[in-house]
Amino acid sequence: MSRFLVPLAAFALLVVVLAIGIRHAPEKGVIASPLIGKPAPQFSLPDLGNSARRVSSGDFKGKWYLLNVWGTWCYECRAEHAMLLEVQRAAVLPLVGIDWKDDDSEARTWLTQLGNPYAVVAVDHSGRTAIDWGVYAAPESFLVDPRGIVVYKVTGALTREVWTRDILPRLTAGRVTGS
Amino acid sequence: MRRGAGTLAIVALAAVLLGDRAAYAVDTTQMPTAELQARYSALTHELRCMQCQNEALADSPVQLAADMRGVIRDMLLAGKTDADVRAYMVGRYGDFILFRPRFNLRTAWLWLAPGALLLLGAVVAARVVRRRTALLAGDPDPVDEEGRS
Repeated sequence: MSRFLVPLAAFALLVVVLAIGIRHAPEKGVIASPLIGKPAPQFSLPDLGNSARRVSSGDFKGKWYLLNVWGTWCYECRAEHAMLLEVQRAAVLPLVGIDWKDDDSEARTWLTQLGNPYAVVAVDHSGRTAIDWGVYAAPESFLVDPRGIVVYKVTGALTREVWTRDILPRLTAGRVTGS
Repeated sequence: MRRGAGTLAIVALAAVLLGDRAAYAVDTTQMPTAELQARYSALTHELRCMQCQNEALADSPVQLAADMRGVIRDMLLAGKTDADVRAYMVGRYGDFILFRPRFNLRTAWLWLAPGALLLLGAVVAARVVRRRTALLAGDPDPVDEEGRS
């Protein structure tokens, strides 16, 4: 009897360990951002719409904003674009674009052709700001609260589902508590 | 004979392809001193490329890896320590960026489990061997001498 009991117990333990592993496995390929709950990284970059101006992280102090990292070289960004326009129409919070490692004139053409959902677009030629935000693949979006704290990160395209399930509730919850 | 010639050709081709590996290196960054170069090389080999995920920053040809190497180079040139560089990267990309996870409460099981399992295996093996030995000694009629050795 005990001959089978020990291997059986070991097998049961293995099943439990693997079940926990599968249950807790993050969404496929998505790496949780350590920036959640931390102050948003500072930046000061040229404005795509007006090269004489600069866009700084301080510009949005006291406001909710969604920072969206994109590029004209990014296929998924094209797929995401319609949803970004929808977010702009909802007028709940401003979209701040980071045009990552891109060509300025191509980026302007993109916004003229597809529509411009952004309140402002900052140009990150060197890619240093993207690294500061822990970006590893566009598109990525960061929800930042009025205190300047990163509240949520969307890796990949922003979809209507993500918007209604993950972003809107955080916004309303934040407003109710008066932050 | 023809087979030998074929092998020779493959070896020659491999020698040509692998011969001057430096010429094919992804990263040709030169740091001003040998000490900085060694630290730069060590750091870019122990940090993961977040886009390819199974390649080190040093070996990855993608743009993001090149940009991240640039950050490491600039931090080292600015006099930052290796720990500063690691902390900067972990603060943005998480523990996942380290090929050798740090030892903390969350990763303790990762580091300790192999040793614990080895120990458990040794205990089980020792018990089995001892029991079998006792069985053999207590056998009044061994089948043959060779079986005992």
